[in-house]
Amino acid sequence: MQNKIDERIRNIGFFQKTLVRPEFGSICGVILVIIFFLLIASDNGMFNPDGIRNWTVVSAQFAIIAVGACLLMIAGEFDLSVGSMIGFSGMVLAIGSIHFGLPVWQSIILAYILSIALGGVNGFIVIKTKLPSFIVTLAFLYILRGLTIFMSVTTTSKTILSGMKPLADADWLAPIFGGEVLTGLFQWMGDKGWIEVFKRGVFEGQPVVSGVPNLILWAIGLVIFGHWLLTRTRFGNWIYAAGGDASAAKYAGVPVNRVKILLFMFTAFCACTFAMCQVTEFGSAGADRGLLKEFEAIICVVIGGALLTGGYGSVIGAGLGAIMFGVVQQGLFFSGAEASLFRVFLGGLLLVAVITNTYIRRLIVGTGD
Amino acid sequence: MSEPIIKLDNIKKNFGSVIALEGVSFDVNPGECHCLLGDNGAGKSTFIKTMSGVHPPSSGEIYFQGEKVTFNSPHDAISKGIATVYQDLGMIPLMSVSRNFFLGNEPTKGWPVKLFDHETANKITEDEMSKFQILLRSPEQAVGTLSGGERQTVAIARAVYFGAKVLILDEPTSALGVKQTANVLDTIDKMRTKGIAVVFITHNVRHAYSVGDRFTVLDRGKTIATANKNEVSPDKLQNLMAGGKELPSLED
Ligand SMILES: Nc1ncnc2c1ncn2[C@@H]1O[C@H](COP(=O)(O)OP(=O)(O)OP(=O)(O)O)[C@@H](O)[C@H]1O
Ligand SMILES: [Mg+2]
Repeated sequence: MQNKIDERIRNIGFFQKTLVRPEFGSICGVILVIIFFLLIASDNGMFNPDGIRNWTVVSAQFAIIAVGACLLMIAGEFDLSVGSMIGFSGMVLAIGSIHFGLPVWQSIILAYILSIALGGVNGFIVIKTKLPSFIVTLAFLYILRGLTIFMSVTTTSKTILSGMKPLADADWLAPIFGGEVLTGLFQWMGDKGWIEVFKRGVFEGQPVVSGVPNLILWAIGLVIFGHWLLTRTRFGNWIYAAGGDASAAKYAGVPVNRVKILLFMFTAFCACTFAMCQVTEFGSAGADRGLLKEFEAIICVVIGGALLTGGYGSVIGAGLGAIMFGVVQQGLFFSGAEASLFRVFLGGLLLVAVITNTYIRRLIVGTGD
Repeated sequence: MSEPIIKLDNIKKNFGSVIALEGVSFDVNPGECHCLLGDNGAGKSTFIKTMSGVHPPSSGEIYFQGEKVTFNSPHDAISKGIATVYQDLGMIPLMSVSRNFFLGNEPTKGWPVKLFDHETANKITEDEMSKFQILLRSPEQAVGTLSGGERQTVAIARAVYFGAKVLILDEPTSALGVKQTANVLDTIDKMRTKGIAVVFITHNVRHAYSVGDRFTVLDRGKTIATANKNEVSPDKLQNLMAGGKELPSLED
C-alpha cells in the first residue's frame, strides 16, 4: 500500500525517532562524561595509554555482566546473585587449581559447569514457584556467598587465595581470559617512541601498556553477541515477548519458561567469565569478590535504556552504560575527588536514567499508559 | 456429513476449587462455523483455551482429525493449524506489529544460523493488515500505539494467516467499527468456504445467526443446548443466549 498515504500520519521527526531508540540516552551520556573528564582529569593522566587502559578494563568488566543482566531484564527477570556468583566461580577456579592441584583449564571448565548449573537452578525455582525472581535470587545472593566462604575456609582455611598467576600463565586455556593481544603492535609503538616505555627496571624498554587485555575482547564479543541474539534471531523475539507479556507470549506458543531458564544460565555464564578474567589476570581469588556487582550490572542496563519492568531494552545501550559507569568511577578517582562522591554521582545518574526511560516509554506506546 | 476436524469429549476443567467446565463436548467440521454462546462466566473462553493448548483439561479427551491428541502447549495446537484470537488478544504492547504478528512463528532466512527475516515479516504483516482495511503507519510501530480495534484486527489477521485448519475467535468484534465488523464476518464466511473450521464466540445474536451453521450454548460450565441453524430462529437463539434455562433442550 505504498501509494496510499494515511493523512493521519503526523511526520515524526528524525529527532523524535532517534529519541525513542533505547541507546540514545546512553550515547549522549557517554559523550557527556568523556567531555567532562577530558576537561577536569586529563592533566592527571586519565587519557594516557595507561589511564585509558585503566578505565576501559573497568568498563569492560561492567559490560561483561551487564550483557547477561540486560537480556534477563528484557525477559522480565532479575538476577541478584551475580556478585555472589562471581565470588563463587572465582573461588572454584582458585581452590581447584591451587588447593587440589587440578590443571587450570579443568578448574575453569568446572567453574563454568557449576555456575551455569546454579544459574539454571535459579531459573528453575523462579519458573516453578512463580515467585518474583527478585526474591529467589536474593536468597541465592546469600546462599552462594555463604557457601563460597564456607567452601574456602573449610578447604584452605583462608578466604583469599593468591598464587594463580604462574599457574595461569603456564596453562593453555587461562590466557584466553587473563592474557593480552596485539602485544607486538604495542611493543613496536613503544620502540618507535609513540607510546610510553619503562625507563628502568626489569621491564626496561617495554611499553607501559603492553597490549589489549583479552577481558576487553570478551566484553566487546559479548555485547555484539547479545545484540545480535536480541535483534536478529527468533530467540530474541521471544526474549522481548517473555518480558513484554509472558501470558500473551505463551498463547503464541513461545516457550517462555525455556527462554527464561536459558537466560538465567547465560547470566551465570557472564558472571563466571568475569570471575575467570579477574582471577587469571590479577592472580588471586577472594571469597568476598564481586560484592554489589549485581546492582552495578542492573544500573548499567538501566542507564542503557532498558525498562525495569521488562520487554524493552538494548544490549548496545547496556554496553554504553558500562562505559559510562567505568569512566565516571575511574574519572573521579583520577581527578582525586573524594571517593564517596562517586556514589552520589552514580545515584544521580541512575535517577536521571530512569526518569528519561519512563518518558521514552510514553513516547513509544503513546501517552495512554 | 464429514468427519469433525476437532472433537472434544466431556472436557472438565478446575482452577483450584473453581469448577469452570463440568463436562463439555463439542466438535466442528471443516467448512463449518460453530458458534459458542452463553452468558458471562459460562466458561466459553476457558473451553476454547483447552482447544488451543493454553489450559490442559482436568479430564476429557481431544481428537484431532479422528486421532486422540494432547496439547501440552499452544505451540502444539498452532503447529496443527489451530489459530486463536483470544478475548484479551495476546498482543504485546511494547513490541512492533510485525514482531507480534509472527511471534512464535517467525520467518527465518540464512544458513547455518537461521535469522529472523524482518523484511518478509514486515511485508506480510502490511499485506495482511490491509486486507482488513487497516493501514499501518509502519509494521514496525509498537502495538501499544494502535487503537483497541486496530489491535483486535492485528490479532484476527494473525489468526487468519496461521489458521490453516481451525480458526477460533473469542469475541473478535467487541471493539470493532461497523466496517471492520462486516469485514470480519465476511472473512469468517470466506474461511468457511475454503474448508476451514471456525469456532466463533460472540454475544451478538445477529452476528452469530448471520455466519453460524451450528450453535452451542454453555451455562455455568455445562452444555445446555446444541442446534443446527435450520432448527432455531433468531428469536429462539436470542432466548438461548440469555441463559435459556426455561427452554427445552434442542438436542436431537
Ligand atoms: N485462570 C483462572 N483461574 C480461576 N478461575 C478462572 C480462571 N479462568 C476462568 N476462571 C473462572 O471460570 C469461569 C468461566 O470463565 P470464562 O472466562 O471461561 O467465561 P466466559 O464464558 O468466557 O465469559 P465472558 O463472556 O465474560 O467472556 C469464571 O467463573 C471464571 O471466574
Ligand atoms: Mg470469555
